[in-house]
Amino acid sequence: MSDNLTLPAQQGPVDTSRETLLEVKGLTKHFPIYGGFPIKRKVGAVQAVDGVDLTVGVGESVGVVGESGCGKSTTGRLITRLLEPTGGSITYAGQDITHASRKQLAPVRSEIQMIFQDPYSSLNPRQTVGTIIKSPMEVNGIEPEGGREKKVRELLELVGLNPEHYNRFPHEFSGGQRQRIGVARALALNPKLIVADEPVSALDVSIQAQVVNLLQKVQQELGIAFVFIAHDLAIVRHFSQRVAVMYLGKVVEVGDRDSIYNRPRHPYTHALLSAVPEVTVESDANAKERIRLYGDVPSPISPPSGCRFRTRCWKAQDKCATEEPPLVQLSGNRDGHLTACHFPEDPTTEARAEDVVLDPALKALEEDAETGPVTKD
Amino acid sequence: MTTLTKESGAPSSADAGAFLSVRDLRVQFKTEDGIVKAVDGLSFDLERGKTLGIVGESGSGKSVTNLTILGLHNQQFATIDGEILLEGQELVTARENELEKLRGNKMAMIFQDPLTALSPYYTVGRQLSEPYMKHTGASKKEARDRAVQMLEKVGIPQPKVRFDDYPHQFSGGMRQRAMIAMALMCDPDLLIADEPTTALDVTVQAQILDLLKDLQQEFGSAIIFITHDLGVISQMADDLLVMYAGRAVERGSVKEVLGDPRHPYTWGLLSSMPRLDSDIQQALTPIPGSPPSLLNPPSGCPFNPRCAFKSEVPGTLCTDARPPLADGRAAACHLTAEQKQTIFIDKIQPRLR
Amino acid sequence: MLRFILRRTLGAAVILVLLTVVAFLLFFGMPRDPALLMCGKTCTPDALANIHQTLGIDKSIPEQFWIFLSGLVMGRDDFSQGSCPAPCFGYSYHTNENVWSTLIDRLPTTVSLAVGAAILFLIVGLGAGLIAAWKRGTVVDKAFTAGSMVLSSMQIYFLGPLAMAILVFQMHLFDEPKYTNFTEDPAAWFTGLILPWAVLSTIFAAQYTRMARSSMIEQLQEEHVRTARAKGMSRSYVFFRYAWRGSLIPIVTIFGIDIAALLGGAIITEFTFGLPGLGRLAVEAVNFSDLPLLLGVMLFSAAMILLFNIIVDACYAFIDPRVRLS
Repeated sequence: MSDNLTLPAQQGPVDTSRETLLEVKGLTKHFPIYGGFPIKRKVGAVQAVDGVDLTVGVGESVGVVGESGCGKSTTGRLITRLLEPTGGSITYAGQDITHASRKQLAPVRSEIQMIFQDPYSSLNPRQTVGTIIKSPMEVNGIEPEGGREKKVRELLELVGLNPEHYNRFPHEFSGGQRQRIGVARALALNPKLIVADEPVSALDVSIQAQVVNLLQKVQQELGIAFVFIAHDLAIVRHFSQRVAVMYLGKVVEVGDRDSIYNRPRHPYTHALLSAVPEVTVESDANAKERIRLYGDVPSPISPPSGCRFRTRCWKAQDKCATEEPPLVQLSGNRDGHLTACHFPEDPTTEARAEDVVLDPALKALEEDAETGPVTKD
Repeated sequence: MTTLTKESGAPSSADAGAFLSVRDLRVQFKTEDGIVKAVDGLSFDLERGKTLGIVGESGSGKSVTNLTILGLHNQQFATIDGEILLEGQELVTARENELEKLRGNKMAMIFQDPLTALSPYYTVGRQLSEPYMKHTGASKKEARDRAVQMLEKVGIPQPKVRFDDYPHQFSGGMRQRAMIAMALMCDPDLLIADEPTTALDVTVQAQILDLLKDLQQEFGSAIIFITHDLGVISQMADDLLVMYAGRAVERGSVKEVLGDPRHPYTWGLLSSMPRLDSDIQQALTPIPGSPPSLLNPPSGCPFNPRCAFKSEVPGTLCTDARPPLADGRAAACHLTAEQKQTIFIDKIQPRLR
Repeated sequence: MLRFILRRTLGAAVILVLLTVVAFLLFFGMPRDPALLMCGKTCTPDALANIHQTLGIDKSIPEQFWIFLSGLVMGRDDFSQGSCPAPCFGYSYHTNENVWSTLIDRLPTTVSLAVGAAILFLIVGLGAGLIAAWKRGTVVDKAFTAGSMVLSSMQIYFLGPLAMAILVFQMHLFDEPKYTNFTEDPAAWFTGLILPWAVLSTIFAAQYTRMARSSMIEQLQEEHVRTARAKGMSRSYVFFRYAWRGSLIPIVTIFGIDIAALLGGAIITEFTFGLPGLGRLAVEAVNFSDLPLLLGVMLFSAAMILLFNIIVDACYAFIDPRVRLS
């Protein structure tokens, strides 16, 4: 399996020879909203995830980025079947697990593991580290060679913790160490796929890299496929071979890392990349395009018709409101680089002749500043 | 009010004209477990109309410092020593009612999470008007006009209508805009922004950061911008203060500190975070260990247990003596200037490709 | 808002009906014959059947329930004691009096006791709590906290007789507690109730002091309170406008429960001071297996609790716009 490994250095076109491990098609999750008078009934739904397509190859790491409410976390929970999908299908290693029962799921459960955001609340404070890491093996009745305890000690060592700390409790560890415990727990069953939901965003900057490196080591050395969900675009870029950009419950653009970060086509991807505050010390700050959207992401309870990004898009036309753009490969894009847009942007992130500033307040202030010094009021 | 330099670590009295100057500030909290030295001998200056970035991780003392400037710590639980001079006025020893006249008027604050930082019980308009009426003696009507004008300025659509809305009826980004409008109501000379965009999405963050910059141009306020995000700070600040364990470890202009850093902790921060244009082959170099406990900080240099270059310093200097932070552009580290330069060029810079 | 109240009222009505069914079945469906008690020692089968008929318990349970329910709504006049207008709970087995008029008769005592005590303990308790929170960490705070701790661990049946013994019988500071109708003699009403009010509210006030203090301290640590301070608003303004508003929510919740319970009858207090309220009525009803009376008292208390539940929820909406506007 390790032959399949692509080291992050290897960029370029998608490795089509990669065997598909997970395939998600039209995945949908609507959370019902209850209300009404006099008897409460379903009056609507939060369309958290609405028709998401995603494939993950064996040993591949796929990043999912997007802002709050885009459904990236829900997608992760659907894949691990912590949530029941409303529609669509999830196929794992050729087996349809969309609505699989507990029993049917049992053999698959051990192969798909999850790492959570908050290292403080995702570990039971009353259990020792040994018990926490051991429990997935107990639940699934797995007896590794040399016994469970030996395996736990090996895992602790693997994630960079002292195996002697087997009998300690979570509160005796720092945030970064706790996240390592979470990783060890996820690894206990030799998974083939790990869904990591914002695994470093709760950690201090200096600690984040420790955990990212650990995950990367696990991914490369053990050949585990990753769905890496995060809002930090730089970390996702660092970690993922392919990246899906989500907006309001839909994938708007997906492709290999280079395509998404250097040759994006969807206006939202452009806006997202341009919004990332970068450490710039040279005065080359202008080399990047500047796009400033206006307002927040609309509510997923009643998302805009047609293209969901159109309400914040500078290129939107009538067609965008009536017709939902399909997620397709645009001409000039690499294989596997799909974009859902009627009026795609040029594949570059270079600075534009004129900045895109949709925010009226910003626009007004910047125009004032240009027309000369303003008197203080 | 001209006695400035009390200890060697403080900038010289040449900066006496600074608009805000903090001298050897110490803030300690009594807790059940002992005394927490949240801020431990901090000095800095801020010029009128400039932005000072303070960067640091949780527990570095950056937020505590700014609450201290506003005088928002309960004297009963916090012991505060040192000097804070705002245009020559001493704030540490100032009486409560003097501080009240300054807060929201001459100095204002923007908090991290606008949902919890605005009262859920009163309308946005009322919360904006209150300080204006108090500080300027304006009538309700005048305050309303001013608030509507400010809401419009920060980009709230239909400000006249939204004036009467409650904070929970605003979206996250709009709430932070309202918070900024509130801070600017009395046209403050000093604006303290404590992680103002950390709770926001990245596209909204970009809007708010640009808005703050543009508003600063118009209002001419000096800003203290606190964040843990080096990217954000490089966009916002003129000068930069890197804090670690309640102390400033490096000071300089943004260009100096981020382009040519001189402290191992700053090196660690820079090489532990990926950038959008960094080489993917380049592995991240984390800072080992975790931030120290402020109850029982390490002796000598507080960063020494995590420092990769401790062995370059002869003897036990790092564990014995606290390195001072010299005036102006400086880093509090026992490495010689030459060592710092060589290490940065040979070992650190290649990581930042 | 109106819709909200309507829905809650509707819900409360449903609960009340269900409660009536359950209570009725429990009381009248039990294999226990209240007629036996009334029949006395020389009871003949004929006499027993006669009593059954008078009490109306010779019919089947569903039939009895239907009669009871229609009596509640439309009144009845099939009683030997005379007509019984709606809402008709029937006649007491023991006193032969109309249950509803008995309830109405006892109500003023209970309401006087409850409302008077409530006003007193709210003022004293919340006031002391606010002072303690304002002066947090000082001697005053510590004294108030310690005092409220001691007092709230007291019981009426200890404090009541003690107060009676010392203040009434030894020092003659107060009159012996006695209920006089307010309309008859307001002064006598007041002097007769002052001791029960004082004793009852002492214990409650101690609890409210602790609650108000902790609730205020919690609110004062809220970020929006800090923001208000950062705007330059004065400490007292922030205390009373910002923190107080938020701390009302737990206070209103507990007060709703307390006042509803008190209006259902403060049994121990009424016994301690010999006041003829609903609480004593309930105990009497239990002692004499007086099923119609017991059912009446029980449904009345239940209605009180449901009513105050709705009032508390309406108060939430009044205090917190997030509740009102969601």
